[in-house]
Amino acid sequence: MTGRGYLYAVAAHVGFILFWQLMVIVADVPSYILPSPLETIAEITDSSYNWWTHTWVTTLEIFGGYTMAIVVGVALAVLFVWVPGLNASLMPLLVTLNMVPKVAMAPLFIIWFSYGIVPNMIIAFTICFFPIVLTTYRGLVEVEPDLINLVKALKANRWQIFIKIQLPGSLPYLFSGMKVAAILAVAGAVVGEFIASEKGLGNFLLIQQNALNTSAMMMALLLITAIGMALYGFVIALEYIFITRKGIKT
Amino acid sequence: MSKMDQEPFVKLEGVKKIFKVGDKEFLAVQDVTLDVREGELVSIVGPSGCGKSTILSILSELHPATEGKVQIGNEMSPFTPGKDIGMVFQKALLLKWRTISDNVLLPAEILGLPIKESRERARDLIEMVGLGKFADAFPQQLSGGMQQRASIARALVHDPRLILMDEPFGALDALTRERMNLELLRIWKESRKTILFVTHGIQEAVFLGSQVAVMTSGPARMAAHFDIDLPEPRTLDVKTTEKFGAYTKEIYHLLGMD
Repeated sequence: MTGRGYLYAVAAHVGFILFWQLMVIVADVPSYILPSPLETIAEITDSSYNWWTHTWVTTLEIFGGYTMAIVVGVALAVLFVWVPGLNASLMPLLVTLNMVPKVAMAPLFIIWFSYGIVPNMIIAFTICFFPIVLTTYRGLVEVEPDLINLVKALKANRWQIFIKIQLPGSLPYLFSGMKVAAILAVAGAVVGEFIASEKGLGNFLLIQQNALNTSAMMMALLLITAIGMALYGFVIALEYIFITRKGIKT
Repeated sequence: MSKMDQEPFVKLEGVKKIFKVGDKEFLAVQDVTLDVREGELVSIVGPSGCGKSTILSILSELHPATEGKVQIGNEMSPFTPGKDIGMVFQKALLLKWRTISDNVLLPAEILGLPIKESRERARDLIEMVGLGKFADAFPQQLSGGMQQRASIARALVHDPRLILMDEPFGALDALTRERMNLELLRIWKESRKTILFVTHGIQEAVFLGSQVAVMTSGPARMAAHFDIDLPEPRTLDVKTTEKFGAYTKEIYHLLGMD
């Protein structure tokens, strides 16, 4: 993005918040329906809400599930490439499993893993690991055949081909999977908290809903968004260092 | 240099290649007979599907010949498979995540050559192909012609005895292609390498080669070859000579295109 691009992006966000504030004032919306941005932000000062505990728990669940998804997803993709026949047999199964709505599986997870931080991590993991496997696998196998011929003529072994060509070549694909997964991981952790939990922003949302405490709910929503943006921003920063900076198109 | 003074560096005799796909066999190429002296640049020209690339893949040991004799190296110049092969393809095939100098270094890494010396050699080669200013650039920042120069430097970095080029300038625009032809002749002179140059450009084949082998398709075979007796060093003026015209005409004729 250019300097002007950044300016537009900030302007759109500020504009949106101003519009929200104005609408609440002009239309005189009761604050239990839609609190203004100012009322929402004010909730952060209320220490009885234990914001930091809830935020910390949700952050742990998201980042934990996400990290697991990357480790397991990449490892599985590598296995698919390395073990002959594994891809042919397991990939169709994986695609089928991917069709199972993970959110609908959450209640089952509670039965299997009980509830708490780790079970919610697992829900976040299941929901976001498919895109990682699929994109990484594709990146590993999509290599120019002549490039393989070129290094095979030099008697390169399989490991050299993997380390020097396939693995770095799959990075742009991995990053596109990681961006999709980042969004899914946030949804997964919050859904897990909805189903059963004692802590976390999803749990907090449900409790405040019973009290019709809309502004606190909105504040929780803002915090969840902030965690998601931090994660997404981190991925974009890594992608910049490894991919974009070098002019590689994804 | 007459053909008699030395044993050829590359000797192909009655080479035939049949590929098997399932139960079906199909003939990729046959009747390939070719002698290439050390330090010679030989063109192989022909239409698509005539088996040109198959010859290169046999020489680089990617696929063994089904029949015939393949010999590379002689007593004076022994040939080590792997180490002594450099390849250039139609696509530059540079690794996007590596700088030009790290790309050029790839064969040295694969062969496990001492990295410090190889780095120096890579730098000299990048200079030689005219990319000195771009050693630290990434391939995406370079034009097609420049990328192909880098891939030529890469083919030379491990100091191989034989360079195989598979339509290396086929994807370039006409003017860049002419410029690259002159560049290749200069690089060839400086590096003293044996080069096999596969192309479907008849003019290009005659302009570059001291020999031209002509391949035809249906069935894919080596139909003829010519010693090209044109003044050295070759300049673009050569293309306007009567002799050049006669050679190209004869090849067009052999390919049934007149």
